[in-house]
Amino acid sequence: MTNHWIDLKNSDCILVMGSNAAANHPISMKWVQKARDKGAILISVDPRFTQTSAKADIYAPLRSGTDIPFLGGMIKYILDNNKYFKEYMVDYTNASFIVGPKYDFKDGLFSGYDPKTRTYDKSFWAFEKDPDGKIKRDNTLQDPRCVFQLLKKHYSRYTPETVSAISGTPGDELLKVYEAYASTGSKDKAGTIMYAMGWTQHTVGVQNIRAMCIIQLLLGNMGIPGGGVNALRGESNVQGSTDAGLLFHILPGYLAYPRANLTNLDSYLKSITPSTKDPMSANWPQNLPKYFVSLMKSFWGDKATKENEFGYEWLPKLDVGQNCSWLNLFNTMYDGKIKGFFAWGQNPACSGANANKVRQGLAKLDWMVNLNIFDNETGSFWKGPGMDPKNIKTEVFMLPVAASVEKEGSITNSGRWAQWRYKAVAPPGMAKPDGDIMIELFGKIRTLYKKGGKFPEPILNLKWDYVDDKGHFDPQKVAKEVNGYFLKDVKIGDVEYKKGTLVPGFALLQADGSTSSGDWIYCQSYNAQGNNMARRKKEDPTGLGLYPGWAWAWPVNRRIIYNRASVDLDGQPWNPKKPVLKWEQGKEVDGKKQPGKWVGDIPDGPWPPMSQAGGKYPFIMKPDGLGAIFGSSLADGPFPEHYEPLECPVPKNQLSGQFTNPTITIFSGAMDKHLTCDPRFPFVGTTYRVTEHWQTGIMTRWQPWLVEAEPQMFVEMSDELAKLRGIKNGEKVKVSSVRGEVGAVAIVTTRFKPFKIGDLTVHQIGMPWCFGWMVPKDGGESANLLTPNVGDPNTAIPESKAFMVNVTRIEGGK
Amino acid sequence: MTISRREFLLISGAVGAGLALSKLGIDTGPVKAYADELKKVDKVKSARRTTTICPYCAVGCGLICSADIKAGKIINIEGDPDHPINEGSLCAKGAALFQTTANNPNRLQKVLYRAPHTDKWQEKSWDWAITEIAKRVKSTRDNNFIEKNSKGEPVNRVEAIAHIGSAALDNEELWPLQAMMRALGLVYIEHQARI
Repeated sequence: MTNHWIDLKNSDCILVMGSNAAANHPISMKWVQKARDKGAILISVDPRFTQTSAKADIYAPLRSGTDIPFLGGMIKYILDNNKYFKEYMVDYTNASFIVGPKYDFKDGLFSGYDPKTRTYDKSFWAFEKDPDGKIKRDNTLQDPRCVFQLLKKHYSRYTPETVSAISGTPGDELLKVYEAYASTGSKDKAGTIMYAMGWTQHTVGVQNIRAMCIIQLLLGNMGIPGGGVNALRGESNVQGSTDAGLLFHILPGYLAYPRANLTNLDSYLKSITPSTKDPMSANWPQNLPKYFVSLMKSFWGDKATKENEFGYEWLPKLDVGQNCSWLNLFNTMYDGKIKGFFAWGQNPACSGANANKVRQGLAKLDWMVNLNIFDNETGSFWKGPGMDPKNIKTEVFMLPVAASVEKEGSITNSGRWAQWRYKAVAPPGMAKPDGDIMIELFGKIRTLYKKGGKFPEPILNLKWDYVDDKGHFDPQKVAKEVNGYFLKDVKIGDVEYKKGTLVPGFALLQADGSTSSGDWIYCQSYNAQGNNMARRKKEDPTGLGLYPGWAWAWPVNRRIIYNRASVDLDGQPWNPKKPVLKWEQGKEVDGKKQPGKWVGDIPDGPWPPMSQAGGKYPFIMKPDGLGAIFGSSLADGPFPEHYEPLECPVPKNQLSGQFTNPTITIFSGAMDKHLTCDPRFPFVGTTYRVTEHWQTGIMTRWQPWLVEAEPQMFVEMSDELAKLRGIKNGEKVKVSSVRGEVGAVAIVTTRFKPFKIGDLTVHQIGMPWCFGWMVPKDGGESANLLTPNVGDPNTAIPESKAFMVNVTRIEGGK
Repeated sequence: MTISRREFLLISGAVGAGLALSKLGIDTGPVKAYADELKKVDKVKSARRTTTICPYCAVGCGLICSADIKAGKIINIEGDPDHPINEGSLCAKGAALFQTTANNPNRLQKVLYRAPHTDKWQEKSWDWAITEIAKRVKSTRDNNFIEKNSKGEPVNRVEAIAHIGSAALDNEELWPLQAMMRALGLVYIEHQARI
């Protein structure tokens, strides 16, 4: 989230699309309702009439996988009706940038496409620069090659009629949504988006979100209270685990993972350091080398020296283009090339798309270590349906771990607040905190490597002193290391910092090895003021619900990021009634004018407003400092374009000759099947959650209170579809895709309605994905047995939200 | 005097309610009536209250755990009224957090091992399990270590071991977890954020 949960109350129009907050983030609705009490409009756009829709002022249905037409139509509406916030757009976004002559778009393909590699050469989308290296601009927005004009041209095809004919959204509803949301383009109005996996789990997932980013930039909704782009993250600490770099492509703090062609530290640092010729751009990423070197000091401690490039060699390197993300991981496992596997608090046997393939992959391992608080379908896969233990070699170690209330540490919520939790009691039986297991396991491995082994240096040199006097894992020690230390006496400006003290904030981190920090964006979380994540102060000086003394938010306790965009060029809030930030002129003291200062939230950098000398653009993490309406870094194009899901119910893409996303990776093994417009699988399927279960249900399916409320797998379908298939409410049915089948209880409901897609009637069904064969008894199987293992070209997140299924009545039906 | 339950909890802290309040010279009549209903609070004589954050979705709601420190058992979990996000309220899952604790007999409490081609778990000691896992990590790593790629560039990686998880751990566990996996040379490191 660029903003945070309480900030929802400051919004004038809340669009819930690609999420169902009322069911899956229920407490967020407290703040949605506060906004509504003050007159805000709540819009729900969803294939199904959800619990959120029931609270909404406007509900619009759409077929799964057609969000880009829906949002593209909104972009066109905003442009055609002059609903955009022009000052904001000109000064704070790249709308005025001139795009180079090689950029083009024809029949669904951008220029630079290579069909052999299914990739784009993104240099075709570069901006034009003047001789001194600055990007050319036309602030009148008239140049036909400026971003604004290209945007207009691109979305001119997304007429309401075309959008309706693709998405199945009735035209009236479409316009109601467009009108309500576009009204937030005025200075004193804020619009926000609440999205989740309903947007990410598509082969166009990133572009779904990009489309909304464009809308937010056109309307001036970024950086302001009640605005922003807000991902409702689904696990308590998935924000923290992403921040910590538990993904193949990033190190902690989103530093790009090093590739093999970057053979030394210098070449790596160069590759992560963007430059700009525009003095108004802060280009904050130019500091990344400081954060990387400080990270290496946290990894290797004293063993990281200037002479050994701070241990750069000890980090494993990926080949250029190598992708080790989830779907590839399980593909490699299925191919028998992965021998050992840690499933650490995760249940891929039920959570992985095309879960049958995942389960077959597990059977090809030599060994697996499974850590959890409950037994689960992954650790016990060898006794699952269709498995014969006699034929499965995989050794499994199942380790019992502590629950959340049985250990101490912090987790980071969706609004980037790192909040400290305390240990209430010790874990039961033999269960141990995960931290202790890491300490013991790595200690044992290290002992083995002291006697020799392949490339032992990183194992022997890793700084690993995170234990207390009794040898137990000590979260306080890690928290301090993540914040970072001064490693020698350092003088920065006029201030001296002593060796061994905690670094106050990331602006003081250094690239010369004199500081450490395990994750630069967390630098300030634990410093001389103490453990800031544990704070419980309730002051709210702005009245906007920022609670700056409650817990701690990254970066530098900033509660609304990009907040310099909430003010005009003179630093005065666009909406004086909700000032998250405001520049106060310095007073005159003894005839001398004192410097001015920012009041409110922590600003995105200390510089004065843009109209003053030394002022900077607001989007400081962008090398050119401006919000990207034209985004030239994505795999599948600088503007979002509609492509059908890999499996879809229509024979063609009504917007172009390019049927599906031209840049997706399609696996072609025996278990990688997919079918489009096949009469055997005529209905659109989608997955979702229920309030009472969480993720695969591995924590909640073992709890009698929750199982009583949601006991078994179900499938929701319309009255019309039920009639078509002769299914009655409450009957047992079979839902199948080309990849698998699950049994489910039919819920026949008006929450789903057939879609009118051109001349076609398209039915959609929906299932929760929280069940699995293990528990409860007869509770049913995972919906991920049906979902396709194809992902977004940028993130590789699987397309679990739009695929093709069949539903049939099971004879007897009970 | 009227007193909300929230204020009552704040004043009473971790000690016996009536005693503390009467010492403060406060009329405890109305509070006593309320406290009688809160049978749990009577049990809190040897109890400690700690705050926590919900382990389910990422809204980050606050909860209060009350534990009997003599028995080492959690006796109650409820929403934290002081928490600015949830102000005491919880969804069905958060409200059932009690059932993730030792109070749920389904909790895994033993170290289990499944040998190849067998159909049951064996109970093992921690020491045995950690030692055996460490041996397997070392032998798989050493037998499959990739020093250089096809271009001859040093890569020092291991593709034969993969790690997934965990968005359920604390930040302070995640950092050493990624460091340990990378020190071992793993590149297949993924978790819930990808799916």
